[in-house]
Amino acid sequence: MPTASQLSKDRLIWMYTQMCRIREFEERVKRTFVEHPGVIRGHAHLGDGAEASIVGSLATRQENDLVMPSYRCHGYPLVLGTPARALMAEIYQRKDGVCKGFGGSMHLADPAHHFPTASGIIGQGIAHAAGAAYAAQVKKTGQVVYSFFGDGSSKQGAFYETLNLAAVWKLPVVFVLENNSYQAYTRIDLEDANAIAGDPLSQKAKAFSIPGVTVDGTDPLKVYDAVSQAVDRARAGQGPSLIESKFYRLSPHGNAITVPPVPTQFQEHEAIEVYGNKAEFEAAKANDPIKKFRAHLIGNGTFTDADARKIDDSVRAEMDEVVKFALASPLPAPEDAVKYVYA
Amino acid sequence: MAREMMFAEAIAVAITEEMQRDPSVVFYGQNMAMTDRDPFVRKFGKDRVRITPISETAEMGIAVGAAMCGLRPIVELYMAEFMLVAFDEVINEAPRLRYMSGGQVKVPCVFKAGFGFAAGWAGQHSNCTYHAMMGIPGLKIAVPSTSADAMGLMRSAIRDDNPVVYLHHYMLTIDKGPVPEGEHIVPFGVADIKRAGTDVTIVATAWMVKKSLAAAEILAKEGISAEVIDPRTLAPLDVKTIVDSVKKTGRLVLVDQAPRHASASIVIAGEIADRGFKYLKAPVKLVTALDTSVPYSEPMESYVLPSEKKIVDAVKSVLAMHAAAV
Repeated sequence: MPTASQLSKDRLIWMYTQMCRIREFEERVKRTFVEHPGVIRGHAHLGDGAEASIVGSLATRQENDLVMPSYRCHGYPLVLGTPARALMAEIYQRKDGVCKGFGGSMHLADPAHHFPTASGIIGQGIAHAAGAAYAAQVKKTGQVVYSFFGDGSSKQGAFYETLNLAAVWKLPVVFVLENNSYQAYTRIDLEDANAIAGDPLSQKAKAFSIPGVTVDGTDPLKVYDAVSQAVDRARAGQGPSLIESKFYRLSPHGNAITVPPVPTQFQEHEAIEVYGNKAEFEAAKANDPIKKFRAHLIGNGTFTDADARKIDDSVRAEMDEVVKFALASPLPAPEDAVKYVYA
Repeated sequence: MAREMMFAEAIAVAITEEMQRDPSVVFYGQNMAMTDRDPFVRKFGKDRVRITPISETAEMGIAVGAAMCGLRPIVELYMAEFMLVAFDEVINEAPRLRYMSGGQVKVPCVFKAGFGFAAGWAGQHSNCTYHAMMGIPGLKIAVPSTSADAMGLMRSAIRDDNPVVYLHHYMLTIDKGPVPEGEHIVPFGVADIKRAGTDVTIVATAWMVKKSLAAAEILAKEGISAEVIDPRTLAPLDVKTIVDSVKKTGRLVLVDQAPRHASASIVIAGEIADRGFKYLKAPVKLVTALDTSVPYSEPMESYVLPSEKKIVDAVKSVLAMHAAAV
């Protein structure tokens, strides 16, 4: 496939637009806790900071390739074409939600847009992604499966079992380990042997004798190049690769865990809230992948500042409509709860 | 015309014929398909029949993912306890993904495992784990007791669009029994009356059906007519057939190899208390394993597990023909 430097102007603008859509969507989710308390139940996890990694990865997709993320899963379907309103309506527990109110933020699914499911249990989705790749291999569909998971998942048994078997079976799957430095609330240097030793997490690939690379996950073009090599390899029948995409999660793990009727909101990032490390968080904010990509595209003449503003405005307008739609969507009928237990 | 077939053979024939019928059925697990001489590899090739490492989470997780994408995987797990190391896939992934997706996906896969190996396998390889799965909406559980049911239920398991735990009892492995010719299939959720009777209803599954039938034979010689019912699937559970039988007999003995509080019997007893109380002429009696782990030494193992004698005594106690406490 083309390298990042060969991507067309339209493709680059598409990438920027998708990154903005993810950021704006996540901002709206976060604001909902303040502006419409109670509309979002349970636990929601945001992908702000992951935009370059998500879009850079998915820009390498072919039409039928599948995507299986973890529970932090709002961003991927936005890029895959799931209507944003159906995603927001799901998070708002509405009938028009993409899962009709059965799943919520952690369990989005839209197989019609190549997103079979997400598991809310850390690491289990890695095995499901390998299973989807096994189906593609047996049925000879030519599909590649993208498995996205966090650094926390890379300490789960499912990770080790699945990467070994995926390597043995040469499954067409690309494992994208999103290293955002925090496993829920725990800093990576408290729980990852590689991190403690100062080694990249991509080193874990050596245990399975597969390629493992670490990439700057705040640069969508670098992510694109790293992932595209892994995708080409997978599609050629040479098996899986592990990409460690390093970026910083700009929001805390999730909204605060409270017991109703105590309201819940997003608080400060763990860096500040738990570890008192404001400098780390400020540095991450200064390294915002969207700001950087915007400046890059203006700098190389892909678009002008005015063009970028137009995109920003259109994304805001889209998400205005999305929130309005989701708020207006009816709640499901209580008795719908007995549907879909069995196929 | 029926043919005689060993229990294990009936399962293998069902898998083979379903794989011939449907190219989306795949079959894999540990310590199988090790060479090209393996009969399944010879028939179906190495894409559809595979050996895996000792990685139950990956084995079952891959089955879940593959099932959502058009395959019908059968995972050979050998022993039901091995599912426990990856129980998230069994109870919190496979049966929940369809529901959480609002009906958008289906997960047709079979987790096949032996259980209840009461032959000196001791505490970690002799257990009955089905109770832990019975309360999981979305999951089905098949527990055959005869060669014919082993074949027919495996066919249904493979064709079902939901995840199925298929548990075959190790002590029945080499038992022979008649299997109807042709594409013999047993629907889920339909109990089978293995022996008709009028005085008492005995409900049992798997190896306990064999023991209950032997007990019924002993009782018959003493003039007691016991009806033996095998639910065949614990989920869905055919409560109606049991209630109908209790309507007729007024007495119920539940036989189960699991410890009392981890038995299917305790669930059935609850259903009968709720839906069949008015038909009962005596309290429901449970014949289960004692609340212990399974011991290694033979006399202790026998002491812990239900036996023909314990079943006979329980029947007599509900018939008030025998005063001994059971």
